[in-house]
Amino acid sequence: MNALPDINKLTITEARKGLQRGDFSSIALTRAFLERIDSLDERLHAFLTVVDELAVKQAAEADDRLAAGDETPLLGIPVAVKDIIITEGVPTTAGSKILEGFIPPYNAFVADKLQEAGAVLLGKTNTDEFAMGSSTENSAYGVTHNPWDLNRVPGGSSGGSAVAVSAGLAMGALGTDTGGSVRQPASFCGVVGIRPTYGRVSRWGAIAFGSSLDQIGTFGRTVSDCATMLQVIAGYDPRDSTSLDVPVPDYLAALTGDVRGLRIGVPQEYFIEGIEPAVESAVREAIAVLEAQGAEVRPISLPHTRYALPVYYLLAPAEASANLARYDGIRYGPRVAGEDVIDSVKNTRALFGPEVKRRIMLGTYALSAGYHDEYYGRASKVRTLIKEDFLKAFQEVDVLACPTSPTTAFEIGERTADPLSMYLADIFTLSVNLSASCGLSLPCGFDEQRLPIGLQLIGNTLQEETILNAAFAYEQATEWHKQVPPLAESL
Amino acid sequence: MSLTRQEVQKIAHLARLALTEEQLAEYQVQLSAVLDYAEMLNELDLSDVEPTAHAVSRQNVMRADEIAASLPTTEALANAQQHQQDQFFIQSVLSD
Repeated sequence: MNALPDINKLTITEARKGLQRGDFSSIALTRAFLERIDSLDERLHAFLTVVDELAVKQAAEADDRLAAGDETPLLGIPVAVKDIIITEGVPTTAGSKILEGFIPPYNAFVADKLQEAGAVLLGKTNTDEFAMGSSTENSAYGVTHNPWDLNRVPGGSSGGSAVAVSAGLAMGALGTDTGGSVRQPASFCGVVGIRPTYGRVSRWGAIAFGSSLDQIGTFGRTVSDCATMLQVIAGYDPRDSTSLDVPVPDYLAALTGDVRGLRIGVPQEYFIEGIEPAVESAVREAIAVLEAQGAEVRPISLPHTRYALPVYYLLAPAEASANLARYDGIRYGPRVAGEDVIDSVKNTRALFGPEVKRRIMLGTYALSAGYHDEYYGRASKVRTLIKEDFLKAFQEVDVLACPTSPTTAFEIGERTADPLSMYLADIFTLSVNLSASCGLSLPCGFDEQRLPIGLQLIGNTLQEETILNAAFAYEQATEWHKQVPPLAESL
Repeated sequence: MSLTRQEVQKIAHLARLALTEEQLAEYQVQLSAVLDYAEMLNELDLSDVEPTAHAVSRQNVMRADEIAASLPTTEALANAQQHQQDQFFIQSVLSD
């Protein structure tokens, strides 16, 4: 067998070919990634758990399957999974002390799918606690650093997964996106991240934050890689009653790169004061590239955009307050003693971090007697208006194009004092979760400090093929996806 | 609109959270700020609007009433701090 190709340039697509041809083994590939994690992750802290022995064992099994002629889509490919998704026998913390020591007794649907496809699990990645955050600074297990500038956040809440792919510590990764938590870190780290339509991917085994908003998404270095991961995890699961019983298209086949006649809407309300000039110009240039490829670009209005933030910050915490009620120390996680059961439960729940407590409090209030209609009720109605904005827009256009986030990666500690300032990082992503849309982010440039900028493409319900193809067309006309963080290049 | 300290204490109790004096004060300020911000929703006329509970709706999702394997008891108890006789063990809920 030959030496491995340059990991900094290797895509899942190319690695699959190399493995199939016998150029290298999955064990060699997996060991190379484990070595990279060993060299770089001390500075990055993308991983909470690395499963060296299990990974090598899975790689050996993949090599056996390869030898037997198996051709499953991720066979032999090392991947990472956000620690909010349960993996049987592998510690899962949701980034929280309240699940310290928790070993899941079963696999999430998506974890099973990865295994069936032959993927090799390298480990679990860092996340804001219970996926609540936009910077991964809310993890109870330490902050993850942006490989483009170690003093900066990777975004969140799926910061660990975004960094793993960006720094070449995994070939692909899974994250979750409740208000932007796949797309925004993809944007901050210069990788591709997709948040599919609600119900496209089963949430069975995804630790719940906001049940009407959560979706599992994928990270890849390229659009094809991201699509390959999505292909594997998408599909109906009867154990998730919100899972959509609709066939999964062939996402890779949809990547023709042909966008002639594609109607792109540019939402006026998304180009507001507060966007960094470099972000705005990179995104506008990206839209111009698509136009040069034959797309028709027109301005569009999403009139209720400004209400998305308050709607989200009433609905998501309300749902979270219900979902997190189960953490009481009785069935899993640490248990702190108390005078009586309620005291013990309260003392145990003191293990939650401040942002989680904040949102539980907010949600509890919004749902409490006398306030339910005023807060949760109103927010649910405004959600309808936001959803209708998108449905109306998609009658006129096929895709929406806008920035993923108003800024590039901010500094660690810069926004932690003011929760509202942190929430603003997601203003362009939230509406996708509130509506019936799908969305992705892909790299479209860098600012003066060489920090990645993300272009967000939003599609209508179950239109992942449309946004993936538009992304692919743009990607193939540019070189952003070939850029590697200097830190990773040193290897 | 500002939350009173009493209201914050009540919410904390409903949420089964033990908060320090410092945290109570901090949350009082922060929650009030978020709720103030949410006042902007009052700008809208929602008289004819139905609420949305699901991003993409499904209705009456059912399954056949068939017995299937479920999580074995030993596995279900494996992460518990205390268990006895195949059950989770906790302090008494009802007093004598």
